Amino acid sequence: MSVLVYTESDQGKFKKVAFEVASYAKAVADQLGTTVTAITINATNISELGNYGVDKVLNVSNPQLDVFNAKGYAEAIQQAAEKEAAKVIIVSSSANSKYLAPLLAVGLNAGYASNVIEAPSSTEPFTVKRTAFTNKAFEMTAINTDTKIVGVSNNSFGLVEKSGSASAEDFSPSISDLAVKVESVDKASNQVSIADAEIVVSGGRGLKGPENWGMIEELASVLGAATACSKPVSDLGWRPHSEHVGQTGKPVASNLYIAIGISGAIQHLAGINASKVKVVINTDPEAPFFKAADYGVVGDAFTVVPQLIEKLKAFKAQQ
Amino acid sequence: MKILVCISHVPDTTSKINFTEGDTKFDTNGVQFVINPNDEFGLTRAMWFKEKQGAQVTVINVGGPETEPTLRKALAIGADGAIRVNTPATDGFSVAKQLAHVAKDGGYDLVIAGRESIDYNGGMVPGMIAGLTNANFVNNCINLEIEGNAATAIREIDGGKETLSTSLPLVIGGQKGLVEESDLRIPNMRGIMMARQKPLTVLDPVDSANETASVKFEKPAAKGAVKLVAPDNLDELVSLLHNEAKVI
Repeated sequence: MSVLVYTESDQGKFKKVAFEVASYAKAVADQLGTTVTAITINATNISELGNYGVDKVLNVSNPQLDVFNAKGYAEAIQQAAEKEAAKVIIVSSSANSKYLAPLLAVGLNAGYASNVIEAPSSTEPFTVKRTAFTNKAFEMTAINTDTKIVGVSNNSFGLVEKSGSASAEDFSPSISDLAVKVESVDKASNQVSIADAEIVVSGGRGLKGPENWGMIEELASVLGAATACSKPVSDLGWRPHSEHVGQTGKPVASNLYIAIGISGAIQHLAGINASKVKVVINTDPEAPFFKAADYGVVGDAFTVVPQLIEKLKAFKAQQ
Repeated sequence: MKILVCISHVPDTTSKINFTEGDTKFDTNGVQFVINPNDEFGLTRAMWFKEKQGAQVTVINVGGPETEPTLRKALAIGADGAIRVNTPATDGFSVAKQLAHVAKDGGYDLVIAGRESIDYNGGMVPGMIAGLTNANFVNNCINLEIEGNAATAIREIDGGKETLSTSLPLVIGGQKGLVEESDLRIPNMRGIMMARQKPLTVLDPVDSANETASVKFEKPAAKGAVKLVAPDNLDELVSLLHNEAKVI
């Protein structure tokens, strides 16, 4: 009856979201008066999970699952849920977890609520708060099935450290033939992804052309941030689609979002609204972004950004 | 190849979002409804399969009669036929069950759905259709090629992309990249006239319980005023981000 949490790893190392979903699972387990079991797939350092409230780890080591496969991973998690008789399963909002969760929901005949931002407001009925209408609203959703899956929004619940230790157990689920095969992966290993970034630096049409992105990249590198862009910039082909953030692009839920030369169309603001602190730099004081931002600079990006880079370099050097 | 394109009927991206009946229902007053953008990219890719590979394209929606103009728009863009499953779309799982039933019954080779609708953002319907029909599944699909029974897809992952090989029957959760924004089609007069003659079949729903229920909506709290920093005083911005916001 424990709460089951899928703690994701990349090249064996836990992702930050793994600790966030473990923290969330602990909060749910406390509400239900039960324990937390984590399932890991080809992860190392599994004892780290004890620091976030996990009591027991089901550790899967299977070369068939070396590369992520939604069906194979969903099968493993389903069998772990059945073994533990888990009625609540917690996953993250990473691209991989959002890929496997609907398959898991069908396998367990479980109701699934995605983009959940808080611990359940009630466990009977089991009710969670999630974002809807691309961050323009919140929805209280009751999950009415016997087994429930909660997808926790990235960077919403935060990490809650506990002093504890987790026991580990090897677990060998049976995985069927996987009919979707990864042929190649194209991933920049030295860059922070928008999904995992604590800080995102984003540029808009105000930057006038792709040749001016050097300062955006430099600002991002000083801050250890990911780079992003507005929809017009990606539609014009100045930057790749993968950088487009907003309602039809990627959602952003960083701690700090810096918008440079972005006016702040309603679709853009919806996509980045889950970020905790927003800074806008724009020449037009009437730009809608100033209504959504916490801090603003009315000024020309071409003079403000290079100065800001120097100030931040000096600040970082002091730290 | 028979393609089923799932069309969600959603408020236009510029809509102001309000609720009625004690914040339990979405207020449709004054709201313009459109084809869900993620579905429109998929529909446009389906048109390519129709024109280049002779695919037959059916669009489908789960909803009441008020969603028919959205289906007619999809027919005007070029779909061959439309199906409406006559039941309100209340939760993702039950919608997926309706769609899976039609997909299986109709013997579709490829089901294209958007990775999520821009209203409820559930992001579960395509994966659930795949699970329910035992089809292969690619989510966040940004490129798709079909050759006979074989499919090659590109999936967006966190921080990059990966190329996948699989086979039909296949379900994809599509998004921008399947086609470009500039490839999207605006229905012309001929398309609109032809759409009136195309079949729009209304089906009764299959039995399905709601797995989740919307209890209440809330709007985000009003935001405080922005703190403006002079462009020649950026030390203050650095200090605010460090000492007040504590984000650097």
